[in-house]
Amino acid sequence: MGVASRFILRRRGGKSWHWTDIVTWVWLVGGLIIMFGPAVWLAFSSFKTPAALAEFPPSILPYVTSQATVQGYDKPLQLFEAKMPDGSTKVLAEVRRIGLVAQMVDPTTPGEIVRVNIGDRTPVRSVSFATENYTTPFTQFDFLRYLWNSVFVTVTATLITLIVNSMAAFALSKYEFRGRSLAMLIILATLMVPLSVIMVPLYSIISSLGLFNNLWGVILPTVATPTGVFILRQYMLTIPDELIDAARMDKASEWQIYWRIVLPLTAPALAVLAIFSVVWRWNDFLWPLIVLSRRELYTLQVGLSIYSGELNVQWHFILAMTVVTMIPVVLVFIFLQRFITTGIAGTGLK
Amino acid sequence: MKTKSLLAGAALALLMSTAAHAGDVRIMWYSDGVEGDVMKDLVGRFMKENPGINVILDNVAYSVIKDQLPVQLEAANGPDIARVTAIKDLSRHWLDLRPLVKDAKYWDDNFGAQADWMRPDGSKQISGFMTQITLTGGYANKTLFDQAGVPLPGPKATWEEWAAASKKVKDSQKLPFAMAIDRSGHRLTAPLLSYGANYVGKDGKPAPLDKGAKDFLTKFVGWVGEGSFAKDVWVSAAGSTYRAAAEDFINGQLAFYYSGSWQVANLTTKIGNSFDWVATGSPCGPAACTGMPGGAALVAVKYTKNPKDVAAVMDWFAQEKIVKEFSERTLFLPGHKGVVDKGGLDFKTDNAFAKAALTKYVEASKTTADTALKLPGWRWSDTVYAAVVTRVGQTLAGELKLDDAFTRIDADIAQKVKDSGL
Amino acid sequence: MSTTSLTDRLGSLLMAPVHLLMRIIDIPLRAVQKTAGIGGMAAVFLAPNMLIFGIFVLLPLVINFVYSMTGGTAFFLSERNFIGAEQYQRLFTCTNYLDPMSCQEDAFWTAVGNTFWFVILQVALMIGLSLITALILNRDLAARSFWRAVFFFPVLLSPVVVGLIWKWILQRQGLLNFGLYQFGIEPYTWLTDRNWTFIATIGVSIWAHMGLYTLILLAGLQAIPKDLYEAAEMDGTKPARVFRRITLPLLAPNLLVVVVLALIKAVQIFDEVYVLTGGGPGTSTLYLTQYIYETGFASTLRNPGLAAAASILMGLVLVVLTLIQLGIGQRGEKKGKR
Repeated sequence: MGVASRFILRRRGGKSWHWTDIVTWVWLVGGLIIMFGPAVWLAFSSFKTPAALAEFPPSILPYVTSQATVQGYDKPLQLFEAKMPDGSTKVLAEVRRIGLVAQMVDPTTPGEIVRVNIGDRTPVRSVSFATENYTTPFTQFDFLRYLWNSVFVTVTATLITLIVNSMAAFALSKYEFRGRSLAMLIILATLMVPLSVIMVPLYSIISSLGLFNNLWGVILPTVATPTGVFILRQYMLTIPDELIDAARMDKASEWQIYWRIVLPLTAPALAVLAIFSVVWRWNDFLWPLIVLSRRELYTLQVGLSIYSGELNVQWHFILAMTVVTMIPVVLVFIFLQRFITTGIAGTGLK
Repeated sequence: MKTKSLLAGAALALLMSTAAHAGDVRIMWYSDGVEGDVMKDLVGRFMKENPGINVILDNVAYSVIKDQLPVQLEAANGPDIARVTAIKDLSRHWLDLRPLVKDAKYWDDNFGAQADWMRPDGSKQISGFMTQITLTGGYANKTLFDQAGVPLPGPKATWEEWAAASKKVKDSQKLPFAMAIDRSGHRLTAPLLSYGANYVGKDGKPAPLDKGAKDFLTKFVGWVGEGSFAKDVWVSAAGSTYRAAAEDFINGQLAFYYSGSWQVANLTTKIGNSFDWVATGSPCGPAACTGMPGGAALVAVKYTKNPKDVAAVMDWFAQEKIVKEFSERTLFLPGHKGVVDKGGLDFKTDNAFAKAALTKYVEASKTTADTALKLPGWRWSDTVYAAVVTRVGQTLAGELKLDDAFTRIDADIAQKVKDSGL
Repeated sequence: MSTTSLTDRLGSLLMAPVHLLMRIIDIPLRAVQKTAGIGGMAAVFLAPNMLIFGIFVLLPLVINFVYSMTGGTAFFLSERNFIGAEQYQRLFTCTNYLDPMSCQEDAFWTAVGNTFWFVILQVALMIGLSLITALILNRDLAARSFWRAVFFFPVLLSPVVVGLIWKWILQRQGLLNFGLYQFGIEPYTWLTDRNWTFIATIGVSIWAHMGLYTLILLAGLQAIPKDLYEAAEMDGTKPARVFRRITLPLLAPNLLVVVVLALIKAVQIFDEVYVLTGGGPGTSTLYLTQYIYETGFASTLRNPGLAAAASILMGLVLVVLTLIQLGIGQRGEKKGKR
């Protein structure tokens, strides 16, 4: 314990507490609460019943009113803590409520009805996880199919992105040719164009190519990312030209140079782009929603949107499925996170 | 090289996806509650009875129906059957089922009242039928009224009377707001009509806001200003975005909530036994006591490759007993004359409030004003609704003065009419 | 200790067909190289990306331009009629050019103004916060990778989820008010107050994106040679001066990239805000992309022409912005090469 706390509370230079140490810890702990808190709360909320979700003041953990089976009543009754006329409190089960008066029974002595004003009773509540938020969608919705579509879109799009972008970045960083600056300019100029801006024409292109209601219609528009070309090119600029010249001396073809020399050396930047691409494609929502309207083609994000109706939204299902869709991305991050810093560190950013 | 194989892959995928089997019927469907499950169940039963026809139910988000289906239809794509709300706007895309259904007279007799809502003006075609009829109306939290000792206003009570009574409840029970109305042009139109507004001009195009409309909007903005009506829901979005105020009512934070019949199932599950609630119908204005009718229809799309099978599916779902069962299980008001006239709908709920509320709505539908009945089948309704919501929302957020809002509403509508090129 | 681990062996097994494939691809490409020469291979490498890019990004931009010259509500160009610059004219019809409300398309100009302020404030604040966080994470911390993950985590969430989470926290019945209520503070309607919603959209987008920029800056900090700091410490230089004289200049290239990426993201802001505030109250958080999306795609009577005209105007501004940044970047690059 002592060792652990010494390790965790290690300070600048091992001397006494410096003001920067305090700032550091306030910042880190504050960050932990602000960054993680909301997501943890989301996860807990996904286990709440629809009624509990709409409740104010909200609770952190999912609660439901406790129930008890009372002799003489078919259905389980809800338990309340009621204030009795003599000032004591007692746990009673509610039989029915008429206007402002609740008819209650003592579970130990059923048969005797007690009338309690509804202002004098508070529900007895206990923590309970509404797992049906998870199980119902799993049975109603073709979860495995959607998962497969999501994985297919994410993996294919990421692979194509990596190959196509790295080839372009190679050309733009290691060759001198006419139009190079023009190509670079066009790519960079479109860096900022958001999807919603070209949505209408893109839609007509997809539809005239017959890619509508087709997973390729989701994949292809996203793969030639300007950001990817930009990141990879910056990184490749740091690869010494001498390496390439030496390979050319050895009669290596240009393709071999790209494949055997440049790509392996670009690995950290490729890892970064891979992570981004996976996160982006996995979370894509608007575009797949527009292109895919057949249930056998839904991705997870589109699949969970079917719970948004015209007049009502079934939040309890949406929250639960959101948590499920978050899991794979978090896993990818945990496994690839060591690449992120090394990759970014070298991404030609210095 | 790479691109070639890519294109080949794309072409292959394309071939696979367009190879629709004969006998396939695709239904695009959205759900507000349990109706998707009920539909799935019914589709299963249909396929058992009609082994030659393969019905595929595509559950989608409502936004797909609203934003994307129109584009698909314009490209002569789309499902074979869809559950749609903008049925008039898109009516030129619907299939005429008249020559295809078994008994056209049955359709005319039972669905004739709403047939105009979903066919081009002046045509006699049968496009489909209403899966549900909705009617706007109010809900009161009876428990709060009782606790405050304020009697519930009677059936002929006006909006002012409801506002006054709710205000008393609010003050006595320390509620954040007395009343709320959904952020929706359709909802707001009901009181406007009760105040004598008429959106439709002599030429069938939108008329400028009249005195009735301005009267209520002025009152409404005033009520929001003094805290009688909830402001939250109205300023919680820009543009014409729909927002429901149901959460506050469910939490017992509102004395009176104006929404519509579709909320019954939602309120039933979420309120449970927390308090007593009643459907009140629509409060009155000087001109009427009307709610706004509406609903969603199941329509056939004319770009289908299997019109015969589509008609068979439509015929099956339009059967009296199926409509009845569907309504009973979803707690929807049916749009089938036979079912309504015969009565005896046994709504599948053991919640007494829900049953009473549904009965109230059936009753309230009798006082629907003629102006209200016309609007669902009027081409410009949505345009007017959108303009009213957008500008009233801005007024409540303090961006516009009310008089400017009126000018803007008229200008917005005129611009849209001009844009459409009609 | 040169025993190959199981994963390595598995990896090379998996890579074998890939290597074979690459070899097969090499055969025709060698032939191409013979005829086109080494320089010509650049075109081959560039082609796939440019082809896809051309079809799915450039072509839509061009079509968008054509759209902006047409009128009507139809979606497909063949059914639209040519009206020239009328859409642009409409966007620019104002009685007073200093007041967006006086324009015919008041929503467009409000959105332009909102986006402008949003971008400036969000980027400045976010970079400041990321820099502080990166400096703190660069200290000699225990479990640094854990803390890094904490700040990076929201980057993994989809924008829709981000919007949802914060909506549930900030709405009147939300968690924030509940917390305040515990301390006896009256609940406040954060999402109906125009100033607070604007701040909320900035805060939430910082929350969602700052992890990425923190990491980029942290990487830059870690690349600064330690001996520079040690030398400064020996000379007894004040920490503020060390920061100004050593840290900032050496971090400049990373800061530039961060500014570029952050600006791109900020200008494109859409999903989070759409879910969180829907652009309200009134139009106080209506940003350009939402305006374009709603005008062209998701309104009762859509007007793709007007949306296209607005997007062309937006695009022009973006291109200019990017070019300015590139100019700065290029100068930096040259300086870096000496």
